[in-house]
Amino acid sequence: MNTFLELLGMDGKGHSPENPVPEFVASCTGGPLTELNPELEKKIADLNKSLRYEVHEEPVIFVGADTSGLATGAGKVLDALHAEIAAQGINAKVIKTGGYGYGAIEPTVDVKLPGKERIIYSEITPKDIPALLKTTITEKAIYEKKVYASHGEETPGVEKIWDKPYFKNQMRVVLKNCGIINPDSIDEYIAAGGFKGLDKALRLMTPEEVVAEVKEAGLRGRGGGGFPTGIKWELALKEKADQKYLVCNADEGDPGAFMDRSILEGDPFQLVEGMIIAAYAIGASFGYIYCRAEYPLAIRRLENTIKLCKQYGLLGENILGSGFNFSLKIKKGAGAFVCGEETALLASIEGKRGMPRPRPPYPSVSGLWGKPTCINNVETLANVATVISQGSEWFSSLGTKSSKGTKVFALSGKITNSGLVEVPMGVTLREVVFDIGGGIPDGKKFKAVQIGGPSGGCLPDQVLDTEVDYESLKSVGAMMGSGGFVVMDEDTCMVDVAKFFLTFIQNESCGKCVPCREGTKRMLEIIERISKSYKSTENKLDQLQRFKGIIHLKRLAEVIKDTSLCGLGQSAPNPVLSGLRYFKEEYDEHIFDRRCSAGVCKELLTFSINTDACSGCGLCARKCSVDAIIGDKKQPHHIIESKCIKCGMCVETCRFDAILVS
Amino acid sequence: MITAIEKKMDTARKFERVCAILEDYNYDPGKLIPILQAVQEEYRYLPEPVLTFIATSLGLSPAKVYGVATFYAHFALKPKGKYVIKVCDGTACHVKDSMPIVKAIQKKLRITENENTTGDMLFTLETVSCLGACGLAPVVVINETVHSLMNPAKIDKVIDKIYKEEAGNEKVAC
Repeated sequence: MNTFLELLGMDGKGHSPENPVPEFVASCTGGPLTELNPELEKKIADLNKSLRYEVHEEPVIFVGADTSGLATGAGKVLDALHAEIAAQGINAKVIKTGGYGYGAIEPTVDVKLPGKERIIYSEITPKDIPALLKTTITEKAIYEKKVYASHGEETPGVEKIWDKPYFKNQMRVVLKNCGIINPDSIDEYIAAGGFKGLDKALRLMTPEEVVAEVKEAGLRGRGGGGFPTGIKWELALKEKADQKYLVCNADEGDPGAFMDRSILEGDPFQLVEGMIIAAYAIGASFGYIYCRAEYPLAIRRLENTIKLCKQYGLLGENILGSGFNFSLKIKKGAGAFVCGEETALLASIEGKRGMPRPRPPYPSVSGLWGKPTCINNVETLANVATVISQGSEWFSSLGTKSSKGTKVFALSGKITNSGLVEVPMGVTLREVVFDIGGGIPDGKKFKAVQIGGPSGGCLPDQVLDTEVDYESLKSVGAMMGSGGFVVMDEDTCMVDVAKFFLTFIQNESCGKCVPCREGTKRMLEIIERISKSYKSTENKLDQLQRFKGIIHLKRLAEVIKDTSLCGLGQSAPNPVLSGLRYFKEEYDEHIFDRRCSAGVCKELLTFSINTDACSGCGLCARKCSVDAIIGDKKQPHHIIESKCIKCGMCVETCRFDAILVS
Repeated sequence: MITAIEKKMDTARKFERVCAILEDYNYDPGKLIPILQAVQEEYRYLPEPVLTFIATSLGLSPAKVYGVATFYAHFALKPKGKYVIKVCDGTACHVKDSMPIVKAIQKKLRITENENTTGDMLFTLETVSCLGACGLAPVVVINETVHSLMNPAKIDKVIDKIYKEEAGNEKVAC
């Protein structure tokens, strides 16, 4: 099979990085260059069809092999596939794609026969492979046992993917190619309509027009703050400097967010296209992608993407003959959450400790090495190509008055369907949790949803009808954040959640400013005291501190919010504040009754033995490290409350479920 | 006298790889982090003499290099075990009970939060905040292999399997 570069770069006259043809991208889908030459036009059309797998001779098997696919065993499935293809003597092509972003169906294997529709098979294990290949490829039938959905409408007995409850209410703009195309092939991306935005921007628009278009579209930063992207670009464009930088923030550190990883692993070209357009708009000639080192696969895919873009003359000098130069580099993070903050990220690229600095001057005036720098998040930049190719009018028709477009959420925690969900702005949280997410598993009761990671808040049932929108989320005490969406059920203790986030923030605080460094530590101490048992706060001073702390907790939180240097500190008290706002009874229960009804705060639990179920085996008594369990052989045992340290060892060891926890 | 020279030669040889790495990065102080990452890949941790050596070569103060090395969670100043077990304690993993997994591993390997490497240098236990596989929580990553939907009983088996493999390897080596 040819590539676009081979077809349009023939005999040295066509497109090459050294000798760029402005119409190269347009010609790939049958534009200006091919019109002159019917033979070439046919070749290009055929290539497009085969890259989109509309016309192909041998069966094609797609395996979702992103990190979450691999974690569920896609690697073993791939090995089994290759072995079985050789063993059965089948002629088929195996392609690794990104993931669909739906945890419950992974690992997925899609089979596409020539002239038939692409069928998705879910939860495939290596054991399924022989039967799957035999049924689908040799017998040309459907492997009923594991069939999930089809990409078309004509296969009888198989539901369409867009009719499935998980996908039905979604609208995929950023994730449109994820799981579908081969993320290592630039040709497949072009055939899927890629680089159209870049082509339009470079050939038909001035940088000012690009900025105006993005402004018009109403695209806002998807990384957390929600600053209008167009205005950010305008500020950078207006700066006069010999060198400007564009930085993509792929340091997705929010616990519970993984949409950036999926984009990087499933459709890296879309991000790079967005970056080239952004760089053109602001006049940057150099760009960095600051990616977490925790994402090794994403980094490998990005490296490959950059290499291919260079080969195709889409990165480097004089891109598509426009006279615009742009080169791109990957910077690997080294594990610091605060580096998601823009000034800290820049310090980290410069090889320093990742500590934020006061603003102004904003990075758009003085950023990387003192030069004007524009920093955007992965999801924001991944939106750019579509904004330009489809136009601002289309984009701004989606969403609410102040928030346009779509937003990707990473559903996780105690929810039936965990995975990535892309919805237009303006849908309610309830729709996301119950319609798409499928509600809470095991018949448990919904308690809260945590939105926006450590900077966001926990929202209870009564505000679930809030729309997904930057402003309305803020008004109920959460924030869009990067889109982490962790669902909690009745077994989750909100005090424990607050403790979890404060521990996280306290570990990740860089230590530069006092409110964040000391304040979060004090807040953590207060919260920790709340969930202590009476016994471990015997000291009178401790008990006084316990109440004194609670009285001051809210004020302390407000001070940290108002006086911290960067976004990390300013939003650090949010989980506690939203907890106090919506789950006051739970805090009160911990404070006054020293009780944790969710059964999470161990120190507040009481352990007792159900004398009817106890067989008197004595196993727990032997395992108990403080000898708090007594009883005669073959007789029901008892726990001495005052001795018990609530370690929970007896619960683990009891084979008769005789230990009661309340 | 000879031993002193030999010692020097030995140190020089030790730093040979560091020099090559520094060469690759053009002795650019702005690339300190990638340099440290490359050095760590070579040595599996950052020995103190190497840090001082890097500082001198880049014209930075050792304090600055030490500052950077201790700021970022990925840099280790102590040697790590052959298998690095990373237990994810992101929000999703936390609400799905990742801490009992940590406790189970600590108990099995007889290590603590501060002494997180086993005496035989086989395992190091770390907790990390979010590995981006929240849909499959709780997640444990051992070197580069991701184990999803873990629980204390499952991780026990995984570790036993590694022990078995290691025992097998040793026999082959003998």
